[in-house]
Amino acid sequence: MSRIKTCFDRLKAEGRGALIPYLEAFDPDRDTSLELLKQMPEAGADLIEVGVPFSDPSADGPTIQLAAQRGLKAGATLAGTLELVSAFRTSNDHTPIILMGYYNPIYRYGMERFCQDAHKAGVDGVIIVDLPPEEASELAPYAKAVGLDMITLTAPTTPDARLKHILKEASGFVYYVSITGITGTRSASEEQLKTALARLRSATDIPVVAGFGINTPEQARTAASISDGAVVASAIIKAMAATFEDGKATSKSIPTALEKIRSLAAAIRK
Amino acid sequence: MTSSITNNKNTRHNSLRNGPDASGHFGIHGGRFVAETLMPLMLELEEAYNIAKADPAFQKELAYYLQHYVGRPSPLWHAKRLSAHLGGAQIFLKREELNHTGSHKLNNVMGQILLARRMGKTRIVAETGAGQHGVATATVCALFGLECEIYMGATDVERQKPNVFRMHLLGAKVHPVTAGAGTLKDAMNEAMRDWVANVENTYFLVGTVAGPHPYPAMVRDFQSVIGTEARTQIIEQTDRLPDAVIAAIGGGSNAMGIFHPFLDDSEVPLYGVEAAGLGLDSGKTAASISRGAPGVLHGNRTYLLQDDHGQITEAHSISAGLDYPGIGPEHSWLHDIGRVNYVSATDTQALEAFQTLTRLEGIIPALESSHAVAYASVLAPKMTTEQNIIVNLSGRGDKDVPTVAAHLGVTL
Ligand SMILES: Cc1ncc(COP(=O)(O)O)c(C=O)c1O
Repeated sequence: MSRIKTCFDRLKAEGRGALIPYLEAFDPDRDTSLELLKQMPEAGADLIEVGVPFSDPSADGPTIQLAAQRGLKAGATLAGTLELVSAFRTSNDHTPIILMGYYNPIYRYGMERFCQDAHKAGVDGVIIVDLPPEEASELAPYAKAVGLDMITLTAPTTPDARLKHILKEASGFVYYVSITGITGTRSASEEQLKTALARLRSATDIPVVAGFGINTPEQARTAASISDGAVVASAIIKAMAATFEDGKATSKSIPTALEKIRSLAAAIRK
Repeated sequence: MTSSITNNKNTRHNSLRNGPDASGHFGIHGGRFVAETLMPLMLELEEAYNIAKADPAFQKELAYYLQHYVGRPSPLWHAKRLSAHLGGAQIFLKREELNHTGSHKLNNVMGQILLARRMGKTRIVAETGAGQHGVATATVCALFGLECEIYMGATDVERQKPNVFRMHLLGAKVHPVTAGAGTLKDAMNEAMRDWVANVENTYFLVGTVAGPHPYPAMVRDFQSVIGTEARTQIIEQTDRLPDAVIAAIGGGSNAMGIFHPFLDDSEVPLYGVEAAGLGLDSGKTAASISRGAPGVLHGNRTYLLQDDHGQITEAHSISAGLDYPGIGPEHSWLHDIGRVNYVSATDTQALEAFQTLTRLEGIIPALESSHAVAYASVLAPKMTTEQNIIVNLSGRGDKDVPTVAAHLGVTL
């Protein structure tokens, strides 16, 4: 069974949703991001999203834009990100890793080669922001061949009929972008989330996680109780970035990020 | 020859004018590479455009505004002094710089604003490089009383000051974008971020033949009025089709507009002139076809300037309107199939052409259009005096006077 499925089955048995923190690869340097990645599960990460830095992150707000810039400056590439995941897997074989990024680095790397190398590195799923189901068929067969879940994105603007259609092929889990907007800006209300999840549940049986605009432990708790998991990105990155000096990590950087994750994890387990 | 002059309807099966396919692809290029939040909107926009396109009332309304507000048709001017100076083919200038607001940009903007109104949108966002598209958009927003937000790279805000002030005067809000190099690519990212956050009431008025389907096809359709007129005009003036058509390429809208009605005239060579910047191999260029590789950016697959890892690299051109690391997907396809020749002109060649045309014809061209004139200066001497070239003079150069002065060492 895949790590993603095993993870959600276990959480279901525990009766709680997942905490899915996000980390930008190589932010602000390779070793810091690897160390943070390694310590995230202990701090309460159930699954982890690893952002692949891209020069033109058009769906991201200022916080992740800056994280991507720092990552690129530190030499991040798709190959380097896969290598980061490999290094993580030497000490952790159970926490699902989901790569999140934009299509061009993958397209350039080669679609088949990417799926094979991602699988070898220990990646479990990929979220490609700018690859909607209409365009995904060129990558999907290669992902399927190695058991890499292509995570389907859904949004408040996705009509019911379209939801049913695009979720037919969904695997792993479904990612619900809970606001119309970019990362790290506004947040959805509890009511909005409830209405959305009802729509999503009637279109799919696989787990649905919510992301975008989840900042506080309270918001994470609400999102993870209504859906099957809460993705938190900008809030963690922002807290960590506040500890940087001249864009470089300090002794406070990793502890600060982990502290933020612990407080989120505690809220979800309440 | 007569048959190819009259038989220019794109109803032919083997026509090159039938693209894109139903899902917006031109060969491997084009498509709809957008976030899910925008995907339903793209489908809605496509449907709205298809209905409008087939509606005679919409076409009639557009024709009215093109004639009485934009000032169409634009003349085709036989530039005799320039032709004599070059000593070869006769140069005919398609005078898009005479349109209201000074460039071809208004053709597209007029079409899209009428569509946005039909769709009930009340707020318009647009990206701009040279500011010509921003000015055109701000202009129609003033005309129709719509809220207008323009995203413009901070570098471009600096080098296109007159246009920034024009936009302010027209009531638009101009947001300088500091991300990246602060040019058109970054402005496009920021406009997309605004759009995704305001999908409810906002229309994204894309300024060139790029972006996700249906933008490349729609903008081409609106700009094709250039080629349709030019084709008729050259036949009226010379009794035959031209021996070459030349246009500068930023995103590729003025080029697509003039090329499209000639695509099936296989005997007419077409030249798209990319900005070579400091030189094709200088690392400071905007020539996406000559120095790029296929990739995905801003909603479509096309030739892009990028590194080996798929990171988009900064473009460079003296002309803000050509300073973009991509090109419209239909051009990428026309390159792949070999129908259009993609060539280039450097900053220096463009500056020279700018001055030559100004002195010999009394027409100050935009630096963008100067790239087309520069390539005509290379091509014309290799042709006979009986042959004819149409050059798309996409815009006027008033906005570039400060830049040109600076390059010539003149303090204004
Ligand atoms: C006068 C003029 N010509 C050409 C361009 C390049 O755009 P496109 O290639 O879409 O025609 C611009 C863009 O700003 C422009 O202002």
